[in-house]
Amino acid sequence: MTDHTANEHDAVDEDRRNFIHIATGAAAFGGTAMFAWVAVDQWNPAADTKAASAMDVDISKIPACGEIRVLIGGKPFFIRHRTATEISEAEAVNISTLRDPQSDDDRLRPKPDGSLNRSILITSGSCTHLGCVPLGPCQGNTGDFGGWYCPCHGSHYDTSGRIRKGPAPRNLPVPDYRYLSDTVVNISL
Amino acid sequence: MSGHESSYEPTNAFTRWLDSRLPIIRFAQDHAMNFPTPKNLNYWWTFGGILAVCLVVQIVTGVILAMHYSPGVDTAFASVERIMRDVPYGWLLRYIHSNGASMFFLAVYIHMFRGLYYGSYKAPREVLWVLGCVIYLLMMATAFLGYMLPWGQMSYHGSNVITGLFGAIPIIGDTIHTWIMGGPSIGNQTLQRFFSLHYLLPFMIAAVVVLHVWALHVPGNNNPTGVEVQDVEKETVPFHPYYTVKDAFAIVLFFMMFAVFVFYAPNVLGHADNYVQANPLVTPSHIVPEWYFLPFYAILRAITFDVGPIPAKLLGVIFMFAAIAVLFLLPWMDTSKVKSMRYRPVARQFFFGFVATCLLLGWCGASNPDDGVFGTPGKKLVVSYTDAGGAEITSEYDGGGEAYLDAKKFVESLPAGTNASISAVAKPTFQFRHLSLILTFAYFGYFILLFFVGLTESSKAVPESIHKSVLKRSKPSTATAIPAE
Repeated sequence: MTDHTANEHDAVDEDRRNFIHIATGAAAFGGTAMFAWVAVDQWNPAADTKAASAMDVDISKIPACGEIRVLIGGKPFFIRHRTATEISEAEAVNISTLRDPQSDDDRLRPKPDGSLNRSILITSGSCTHLGCVPLGPCQGNTGDFGGWYCPCHGSHYDTSGRIRKGPAPRNLPVPDYRYLSDTVVNISL
Repeated sequence: MSGHESSYEPTNAFTRWLDSRLPIIRFAQDHAMNFPTPKNLNYWWTFGGILAVCLVVQIVTGVILAMHYSPGVDTAFASVERIMRDVPYGWLLRYIHSNGASMFFLAVYIHMFRGLYYGSYKAPREVLWVLGCVIYLLMMATAFLGYMLPWGQMSYHGSNVITGLFGAIPIIGDTIHTWIMGGPSIGNQTLQRFFSLHYLLPFMIAAVVVLHVWALHVPGNNNPTGVEVQDVEKETVPFHPYYTVKDAFAIVLFFMMFAVFVFYAPNVLGHADNYVQANPLVTPSHIVPEWYFLPFYAILRAITFDVGPIPAKLLGVIFMFAAIAVLFLLPWMDTSKVKSMRYRPVARQFFFGFVATCLLLGWCGASNPDDGVFGTPGKKLVVSYTDAGGAEITSEYDGGGEAYLDAKKFVESLPAGTNASISAVAKPTFQFRHLSLILTFAYFGYFILLFFVGLTESSKAVPESIHKSVLKRSKPSTATAIPAE
């Protein structure tokens, strides 16, 4: 608004021009950024998908030396009824030799009274390598260490679900779960 | 060649009227009909046209299939079976579409190897090459997304493996993985977004193809000599009818092969597992991607060891993406000014080595990494026991039944308390994982070699011009006509 010379119609008002450029640019950038947020965030898990992420499971019917597999939110979980031999095998391992050192007790969650139910092991059912579902006792292949064997790239897990051999970097993760009673556990993602 | 003068003359009142409003006939004349094209292009140059037709085939059959397909975990598999059994000619449309993807990749690989051999990526065609790489990347994304849609076992678990790759990214990997899947696992929401994108990407490919052709029409075609056109009059012919007819002939031959697959072996390139509906609780024993991804899959699995702080899984992912990324950098990695491998005797050998490497990587990708390359050898018996000092000792026995008897006799001869056990262990052999690792280094080695070979090699005499090279080729006939020479 400084350059008021003789002919006002010919003079270019730089301030007005800049105002229009900046205001338009800011609106376009702000609008795009806000819409981009919406476009990106709509891919995140929806409310109903998140809501379906826990399940109560009856563990009383699993035969010893067997397991059941449940899907929670589409993800597989193993609930294994271990025999006394399998438990002692899992406990006998020198954990300093493990790729992902965890004791068998670290991989169990206490019951309401604080004691551990060592015969029931609950783990995720996707191999930590690339997410295949390992084979287990019901498929007739428990790998070299008696737990699970992933057929995709040859990872072997022991009876505590710990990685012992093969490309997988970590143990089968233990999900959040709690004992609602002696026979029912609530597993959530 | 975009500099060439427009030779279009509107012939009647309507075309004159249209030409001054939308010069679309002029555009078609200049860019499709009269476009000056080197007269020495061989049949390897027909794959551009073949690819254009492939894209049209995929889009036309794909749009029709989408009219009958129903994305959803409960309906997808059944709707594909309905297309196969109930929709009139549904089987034909689907087989054309699924085999068309393979044909598309076959053609694109030949097209890319042609560009590699004749140096079509070099100045002034770097942007043309990079746009081609973008198309290839979009094609891979489209093929991956499309393979999930039938919701078969291989669809589901293959997608699981590939989306899982993003989980290997440090820190933000899990968040990105969940974001891509739209939930804790691949489910209905994933299938629907993949369907939406599978429909979108071919049109993005078509858009980049327009840019690719635009970038081609600025410098014009490369040619088998790699020497640029110097005399448009002598060294080029109009695209139509010379190359429209040559391309059309090649397209017909290509489609005959295509038809053989569609009608006589429609499933030979697929996997039987994909005719079993997706079951998240059962992983197929051997997850393999479609054949056109196998070399990259082999590179992904080749890295089985950690390097410093980088875990093996992340390193495999990095190498796999680097194998594609390196293609984008190729124009600046090859230091030789000579384009065509015809005149680069050393680099030419490496080129054929590179083709062999890619094919062998495909073989590795299709094989179980633990299997022996030269057949799987038997097992040997290992007796392990603890000696008096408490040390672990192993003793090996090789051979048939006698070895077992020997091993057993040895175990029985050991004193009590040695905790002896016999186990069968696979004999060490040259496995596919080892071959994959060697080939992975060979793959990247080619690009590094191009850098150094270009600095030191002495190339053969490059012809002065396209015209001279064509004349030289016809010389032997004159030589026989005049024996005295």
